[in-house]
Amino acid sequence: MRKLALLILVLLSGVLFIARLFYLQIYDASPESLTQNSAIKVVYDYPQRGYMFDRNMELLVSNQPSYDVMVVPREVKPLDTLEFCSLLKITKKEFKEILRKARIYSPRLPSVVIPQLNKADFASLSEKMYKYEGFYIQRRSLRDYQVDHSANVMGYIAEVNNAIIKENPYYQMGELIGTAGVEKQYEEVLRGVKGVKYIQRDRFNREIGPYKDGIFDTLPERGKDIQLTIDATLQKYGQELMVNKRGGIVAIEPDSGEILALITAPSYDPSLLVGRNRSKNFTKLWYDTISKPLYDRVLMGEYPPGSPFKALTALIGLQEGAIEMDDIISCTGGYHFGRRVLRCHHRGPVAMVSGIARSCNTYFCTVYKRVMDSYPTPQDGIDAWRSDLMSFGLGDYLGYDLPTGRRGNIPTSAYYNKIHKYPEHRWSSLATISNAIGQGEVLLTPIQMANFTAAIANRGYYYTPHVIKNIIGPDTIPQKFKEKQHTKVKPEYFEPVVEGMFQVYENGTASSIRVPGIEVCGKTGTAENFTRIDGKRVQLTDHSIFVAFAPKDNPKIAISVFVENGYWGSRWAGRIAGLMIEKYLKGEITRTDMEKYVLEGSLEEEYAKQYSGKPFTINR
Amino acid sequence: MMTPSKTYVRFDWLIIFIYLALVIVGWLNIYSASLSDNAQGFFDFSQIYGKQMIWMGLSVVLIIFVLALEAKFYENYASIIYIASVLSLAGLFIFGKTIAGATAWYDLGGFSIQPSEFAKAATALALSKYVSDIQTNLKDFKDQLAALILLAIPVILILLQPDPGSVLIYAAFIFPLYREGLHGVYLFVGVGAAVLFVATLAFGGIWTAAGVTLIAAFQFYRKRKARVNIFNYITVIGVCLLFIFSVSYIFNNVFKQHHRDRFNIVLGKEVDSRGIGYNTNQSEIAVSNGGWLGKGWTQGTQTKGNFVPEQHTDYIFSTVGEEWGFIGSLVVVLLFVGLITRIIYRAEKQKNQFSRIYGYSVAAILFLHFFVNIGMVLGIFPTVGIPLPFISYGGSALWGFTILLFIFVKLDAVNSHY
Repeated sequence: MRKLALLILVLLSGVLFIARLFYLQIYDASPESLTQNSAIKVVYDYPQRGYMFDRNMELLVSNQPSYDVMVVPREVKPLDTLEFCSLLKITKKEFKEILRKARIYSPRLPSVVIPQLNKADFASLSEKMYKYEGFYIQRRSLRDYQVDHSANVMGYIAEVNNAIIKENPYYQMGELIGTAGVEKQYEEVLRGVKGVKYIQRDRFNREIGPYKDGIFDTLPERGKDIQLTIDATLQKYGQELMVNKRGGIVAIEPDSGEILALITAPSYDPSLLVGRNRSKNFTKLWYDTISKPLYDRVLMGEYPPGSPFKALTALIGLQEGAIEMDDIISCTGGYHFGRRVLRCHHRGPVAMVSGIARSCNTYFCTVYKRVMDSYPTPQDGIDAWRSDLMSFGLGDYLGYDLPTGRRGNIPTSAYYNKIHKYPEHRWSSLATISNAIGQGEVLLTPIQMANFTAAIANRGYYYTPHVIKNIIGPDTIPQKFKEKQHTKVKPEYFEPVVEGMFQVYENGTASSIRVPGIEVCGKTGTAENFTRIDGKRVQLTDHSIFVAFAPKDNPKIAISVFVENGYWGSRWAGRIAGLMIEKYLKGEITRTDMEKYVLEGSLEEEYAKQYSGKPFTINR
Repeated sequence: MMTPSKTYVRFDWLIIFIYLALVIVGWLNIYSASLSDNAQGFFDFSQIYGKQMIWMGLSVVLIIFVLALEAKFYENYASIIYIASVLSLAGLFIFGKTIAGATAWYDLGGFSIQPSEFAKAATALALSKYVSDIQTNLKDFKDQLAALILLAIPVILILLQPDPGSVLIYAAFIFPLYREGLHGVYLFVGVGAAVLFVATLAFGGIWTAAGVTLIAAFQFYRKRKARVNIFNYITVIGVCLLFIFSVSYIFNNVFKQHHRDRFNIVLGKEVDSRGIGYNTNQSEIAVSNGGWLGKGWTQGTQTKGNFVPEQHTDYIFSTVGEEWGFIGSLVVVLLFVGLITRIIYRAEKQKNQFSRIYGYSVAAILFLHFFVNIGMVLGIFPTVGIPLPFISYGGSALWGFTILLFIFVKLDAVNSHY
């Protein structure tokens, strides 16, 4: 033992040190992160964000310089707080609070003190900046909007928050990221890559040259410009037509899936979300819970589609062999089932073309019932019907390149089993009969409606709608936007439906709103809708709906228009659709009287009704 | 009669080889840690690494001199050397130069000499001589006291400089004394006191006292059939409690704040990376930066930025850690363990007691330096300013260790069994 005591201690110490070294150098060593190293100063060089152009290369958004006052808390030396606060135009209390938050975020990484100085403030501040150690001015580039429309398409950029920083280490406090629309969807394309310089410092924070002779330094890479499929002229015109109305317009080029116009109303001027008033303006928009300007109705709004859905009922009827084009059904003013009746506004015998043209409820209920009855159970019928509809891009996310959206609702048999408490209670195909005419449980978003209209225009297929036309530079747009999506309905079954939609204008529900010189196919829609006031279900004025494409042969535009509480289909939506089509195809408007009517028309009174607290009448 | 040529062959080449390796590793790291912009190549003698090169060159002269002397010289003149060394320590109070608060240096024109670095070898010789004396019996209290006085004289002189770090090293002599028959209770009491000391600081007096009492009660319960006198237990517990509460009292009322801080940092109680904990924190960061293979020679960011104070002297191992990584640090640790183990092994082979005791002293002194210094750099031992043998910058330290080691190499070459 006497011979071994020292030896054992020596060996134990060796083991202890090796274990400690292993712990410090291998186990506990955070991944090689130069930004965490106090000996390295990291300086970023921000590139210009990519521009956005419309389909005709008209500039939509570019950049303007902006200056942020930044702080690195641990480098702050005692300073004349009073003087500095007066330069920054904030109170001492606010200043202390900002510093406290910055220190909590990180003592060694920069935080924003004052964002987005204007040029005058920048000039007066920059010459005194040297006095305040730890503070500096960071140049960034802000968006400069050239147009006052398309805010919902372009989206906006905002300062990253802590959640984003945690998730994506590329971003640092105070940097900007696209948080909506194209800005969000194509963030990595638009933003480019920031450059970085690592500078070796000594313990007095003096810079002593580039770290490892700059082998880790990178140059900034400019963001790529994006050409959108949006037609700025059409977009602007649509937005004007929708003034004082709620709803939206979606126009798609059928033979490419390119979105020509994507208008939601009410909207906002994108310039509101730039500069020092950004947060004030954003708060205002965010808390407007009545007109919801930040809510993109054409992507997010799930509405009953109403009569345009009858075109799909007809197509499915033909595909499933439930009806021939010439089968005549006689309408007695309503579809009778059991002791109930689904009313129709016309009477007399109709076939497919005239049924679509006159929008006969009886005809489509019959077709729908026949489709359902061609299957052994109503459950099978619903599921077959649903599968056909899903091939038109309904009932699920469409896959377009904007970051928001809804599935809509194409109910499954399970859905009905649940609400009818199957199998204790059975249900028949008549329980779902409202689906035939686009009421009932069916819900679609306006962009889904435009998309199925494009599929009808193409006689059987569509391209996934998209807003990206070209990324200027070597990037190409995703392959999925170039692939035809075929519907389950055979191309030959489309002709009678197209003819029916053509007759809607010739001698049907839209005969009063023809577009001179253009063969338009369309379908009106008038959808009942309800709200809750003080817990009671109250019916509101019908939604005015219209889908159309033109010209009839070789279509150039497919469009859906939705005007909330606009009453019957041709009253607002039909007119707007016609004007949009004419504007796009001819570049000018023939029926200026109608244009004036729409531009000046307002539904604000209608929208105010449900908030008035008084009883009101609808559909007047 | 032994011929010089035979002696030459019997030098322990492994010890010499490890010595050379450590000195060279030392110089490379001193170069990196002290590199500045105005350096003029490797042989710039105005730079710290250039000066170290001069100390290294003079060490070769010292080695030849130490090896050239007769082995018997060290045994016969041990007391003279000891007295000379003590005088050199005492002389500091008259002629000494004060650097960083400690009067530990003689100023010899261009450079300074630190006599306490040489006093270790002198004390080791004197102790070996005394203990190996045929009349000395370490079981005898009178002789224990005499050995203690032998150690106490340089300790007190160094403590007065004041240089508490160097004093700590004299604890090393407990190992050769224990090897030569000092009762184990001294070692046990020493280690036990150290454990109680740390436990008291880490967990507080009350909890440590409770723990000691519990362990004793358990032990008494286990051995209840042996009918051990309960008063023995009560005495032991009483002494322990007295010790615990005096440590607690001394720590809180006698220690200065900066002493308390040094302990608290190692015990993880106060993490203050800007104040007193700065050195330890920076050296840990530097070591962590190394990873598996290190950043490469002269490429350490913490080393380049001079973030670790005293990096070329007491904190030199942090440069090893940062620039040579885990593998390089492992090699250095293994070199030290190998050197000390080899010295112990050779010490056991000595024919005479004097050489053996001296060998043990060398091993124990090197071990204590190794343990305290690297422990400090790695943040598991409080900040104590002592150099890492053969590696840290400094002429006196390098010479002191070189003489200490090569006297043993000489003794070993002459006196050992093969």
